[in-house]
Amino acid sequence: MTSATQIARDVRAGTTSAAAQLETSLAAIRAGNEELNVFLHVDEEGARAAAKRVDERVGAGDDPGALAGVPIALKDNLCQRGVPTTAGSKILAGWRPPYSATVIDRLLGAGAVPVGKTNMDEFAMGSSTETSAYGPTRNPRNPERVPGGSSGGSAAAVASLMTPLSLGSDTGGSIRQPAALCGIVGVKPTYGLVSRYGLIAFASSLDQIGPFANNVEDAALLLEVIAGHDPMDSTSLPEPAPSLLAHLDDGVAGKRVGLVRELIEGADDDVLASVEAARAALEDAGATIVELSIPECRLGLSAYYLIAPAEASSNLARYDGVRYGLRVDADDVAAMNEATRTAGFGAEVKRRIMLGTYALSAGYYDAYYGQALKVRTQMIEAFRRAYVDADFLLGATAPSVAFAFGEKTANPLTMYLSDVFTIPTNLAGDPAISVPFGSGAGGLPVGVQLLGPGRSEAQLFAAARVLEMANGVA
Amino acid sequence: MVPEGWEMVIGLEVHTELKTTTKMFCGCANAFGAEANTNICPVCLGLPGSLPVLNVRAVDFAMAIGLALHATIAPSTFHRKNYFYPDMPKDFQISQYDLPINKGGYLDLPDGSRVTIERAHLEEDTGKSTHLGGSGRLQGADHSLVDYNRSGVPLVEIVSGPDMRSAAQARAYAAQLRGILIATGASDGRMEEGSMRIDANVSVRREGDGLGTRCEIKNLNSLRSLQRAIDFEADRQVHLIEGGGVVRQETRHWDEVRGETSTMRVKEEAEDYRYFREPDLVDLAPDAAWQERIRGSLGAMPAERRSVLLARLNEPNAAQLDALDVVIDLGLDEFVLAAIDADIEPPLALARAANELAAAVERVGSLAPSAFVETLAMEQRGELSATQAKTVLLEVLEHGDSPRAVAATKGFEQLSSDSLGAIVGEVLVEHPEEWARYREGDEKLAQFFIGQVMQRTRGQANGKAVVAELRARR
Repeated sequence: MTSATQIARDVRAGTTSAAAQLETSLAAIRAGNEELNVFLHVDEEGARAAAKRVDERVGAGDDPGALAGVPIALKDNLCQRGVPTTAGSKILAGWRPPYSATVIDRLLGAGAVPVGKTNMDEFAMGSSTETSAYGPTRNPRNPERVPGGSSGGSAAAVASLMTPLSLGSDTGGSIRQPAALCGIVGVKPTYGLVSRYGLIAFASSLDQIGPFANNVEDAALLLEVIAGHDPMDSTSLPEPAPSLLAHLDDGVAGKRVGLVRELIEGADDDVLASVEAARAALEDAGATIVELSIPECRLGLSAYYLIAPAEASSNLARYDGVRYGLRVDADDVAAMNEATRTAGFGAEVKRRIMLGTYALSAGYYDAYYGQALKVRTQMIEAFRRAYVDADFLLGATAPSVAFAFGEKTANPLTMYLSDVFTIPTNLAGDPAISVPFGSGAGGLPVGVQLLGPGRSEAQLFAAARVLEMANGVA
Repeated sequence: MVPEGWEMVIGLEVHTELKTTTKMFCGCANAFGAEANTNICPVCLGLPGSLPVLNVRAVDFAMAIGLALHATIAPSTFHRKNYFYPDMPKDFQISQYDLPINKGGYLDLPDGSRVTIERAHLEEDTGKSTHLGGSGRLQGADHSLVDYNRSGVPLVEIVSGPDMRSAAQARAYAAQLRGILIATGASDGRMEEGSMRIDANVSVRREGDGLGTRCEIKNLNSLRSLQRAIDFEADRQVHLIEGGGVVRQETRHWDEVRGETSTMRVKEEAEDYRYFREPDLVDLAPDAAWQERIRGSLGAMPAERRSVLLARLNEPNAAQLDALDVVIDLGLDEFVLAAIDADIEPPLALARAANELAAAVERVGSLAPSAFVETLAMEQRGELSATQAKTVLLEVLEHGDSPRAVAATKGFEQLSSDSLGAIVGEVLVEHPEEWARYREGDEKLAQFFIGQVMQRTRGQANGKAVVAELRARR
C-alpha cells in the first residue's frame, strides 16, 4: 500500500481521489476482516461522505489538509458522532455517541477519512485483544498469534494494509506493544500532548491517544495533526505542539543514548538481539551509548496495577444501566445496576474494578493506592535523573514476539508482564515510540522502544527514522 | 429546647448553588426551572469520553464566600467521591476533600456569639430525581424520572464547627450566612428553590459532659424547618437517653408535615466513598492577584450594613426591625440611607423600601436613589398621599421616568390644598353628627373622615393633609 504521506500528496495534487483511496481500503477490509476480526464497525456511508467532501474541496481548488483523503481506522474507544462505539464491551453495545472526540474533529479538519472502529481489549484492559467482548483479533503476520493489545485492532488494520494509518490509546503500552507484535510503528505521546476529550477513559492519568503507521514519517504526519492544546481537556498541555516532520532527518549524531538494563532484563533472546542491533545502528549513526540502570522500573508494574484499576473502578462506575448502553431490569435500582454490570462486563474488567475498589477502600488506601502514588513520584524523579545522563533511552518494547491465543489468559499475571517495559513511561507521563527492528522466532517482528523526556517527540522520531533506515540493511 | 441540665451541640453544613451563568465543568446554562433535560451536554451527562473543565467564575464566587467568612484561601485539589446514585451521571461527584479552597474562618451572630467555619469547598450538584408511585422515595417507587439540568451546577459547601447550642442560634447562623451569600453575589439564597440547603448535625449532652453521638438531619429547606427539626431531634435524643437508650449515629430525614425526624440510614451502612484525586482536573491555586481582585470586589457584609443603618433609626419598633432585615437582605440600604440623609422620616423610608422596592427588587438596579428620595419627599410634604406615593414609585421603577413627571401625568399633585379643602367641606356637610363629636374632642373620628375622603378621591388624598384640614376647621 502507498504511504499516507504519498496518498495525501497525490490527493492534494489531484492525481488520485479520496474516493479511490477509500475504495482500495474498503476492498482490503472486505478481503481480510472476516479472518482477522480487525473492525467492529465499518462506516462505509460516513467514510464515502467524508471522501466526497475532500474530493469536492480539491475540485474547488481548496487544500483539504495534511491528511487529505487518507483512510484511517479508529480504536473503538474513540467517540465518533453517530457511529457505534463500544470500547470492546457488551455494556456499550449499540451506543452511538452524540459527539465526536477532539482527535476525530482534527482528523476531519485535516481531510482524513475515518473508515471504521477497530477491535480492542474490553475498555483497553488487556495485552492481546482477547478480552474483547467481540472476539479476538488475529495478527496479520501470523493469524495463529495475538496482535497484542489493547489496541490490537488498530495495529492489525495498519499491519494488514487495510488502512495506512490508525489511532490507538496507550495506558500501559497499548499502542507500543501491539505495534511491536504486528511489526509497525506505534507512538505513545507525552501525556497532555493529544487531547483525551472523547476517549473513553480507562485510567485517566495514564491514557494517551497516539498513532499507528507503517513508517516513521506517516506516524509523525498523523501526530502533528492530532497534537496540540484543547480547551476541552484540562490536562492538555498549553504549549504549541512540537514540530516533527521538519526534524525527521535530524539524525542522532552526538546524542547520548541510555541503554536501560531494566527495560531489557527478562526479555527473550530474539528480542535482546534486536535491541543489541538497534544499539549498534544508533552508534553507527553517531550516537554514544550509555549503559544505565533505573531500578524504579521494577516497581512500575505493581504501582500500575494499583493506580490504573483504582481510576478505572471510578471511570467505569457510570455504566450502570440508567442512561445508555445495556440495561438488565431488576426489582430496584441497585439490583438493576448490579445485574447490568454483572452481565455487561467481562472477567478482566470485573477483576480490575475489584482490584481498584479494594485499593481505594478506607483502611487500605494508604497501603495500596497511596503507596503506588509514591512509587509513581519516584519513577518520575528517576527518569528525570536518567535524562541528565542521556538524551533519550533505548529498550525493548515487549518481552517476546507475538504469542499464541490462550497462552497467557489462564494466569492474568503473565499477561500483565507483557507490559513491563512500556508501563514506566506511562507512569512518568513521557513519550515513547516502538519501531520495528529485526525479527525473532518464527520470523515474527520485534519492536524496540525509544523513550524520551516530556515533549521530546521530535528527537524520538528522528532516532526512530535512523533505525527504520538501518532495519533490514544490517 | 432541651430540659434543664442538658445542652444541644449543633453544627451545620450549608450547600449553596452558585449564581454562575454556566455550569461548573461545562458550558450548559445554570438556570432553575427550565424544561427537564434541556440544559445538558456530554460533560454534565457524564457520557463516556467527556471531560470536565473548571468554570473560573465558580472559583471567584467560592473565594468571595471564603473572604466574607474570614477564611484562608489555600491551594486546593479536586477529588472524586464515589457512590452509585441514578441522578449522579458519572456515579461519582467531583468535590474537594483534604485540600479545600477555603480553610478556617468565622461568622459573628447578632447576639454577639461567634461560630467557627471549618471549611467552604467547591463541588458539583447532582441531577434531580422524581420518584413516582410507592412511598415517593427511591426505594419502593414504581418508577423514577431524572432531570439532569441541575447536574454539574456549582455548589459551595460551608461547614461550621459544632459551636451552636440552640435551634434559635442555628437559625440565626443560617440566616446570617444566607445574607452573606446574597451580599457576595454568589447565591440568590432561595431555600424554597433548593439553591441553599442545610444539613444539621445534632447531638445532646448533660452539661459538662463530652460530646454525645450525633445524628445528621438532611436537606432542610427553610429556616423554620431547620429550627423545628433541631428542636425535635434534640428532644428525641434526650428522651431516648433518659429512657436508658443510646443514640445511634445515623442520617435522618425531616418530615415537614408530621414535624418529626426519622431514620434514613444508620452509620454502619454508610458508604466508603473511596475519595481520590480527580485525574481529569488540575490543581487550583489562585494567586495573590486573583485573590486581591475578589477581595476588592466585595462590598460591606450584611452585619456591618445592618449596624450602620440601625444607628440611624430612633428606637425602632418590631415592624421597623423586620423591615430593616428585608432591606439588608435585598441590599436596599443604600436607598434608605439616602432618604434619611435627605431628612425623610426613617420609618417611612424603611417601609417604602421594604414594601414597594422589595416587590420590584429585580428592577431596583436601574433606580436612582435620588428618585426614591424625591418621591418620599413629596409624600412627606403632603403633595402625594401614601397610595399615590406607592403608585409613583412603582411607575418610576417600571418606566424610569422622574417622580414629578409621573405625579403630573397622573394628575396627583392637583389634589393638594384647594381641591382637598373642597372635598373635606363636602364630607363635613354630609356627616354633621360625626363632625360635632369630633369638634367636641373625639379624635377617633379623624379616621372616619379620612376614610370618607379617601373614598371620594379613590385613595388619592393624603391622610395627614386631611387631618390638618379638619384641625383647621375645628
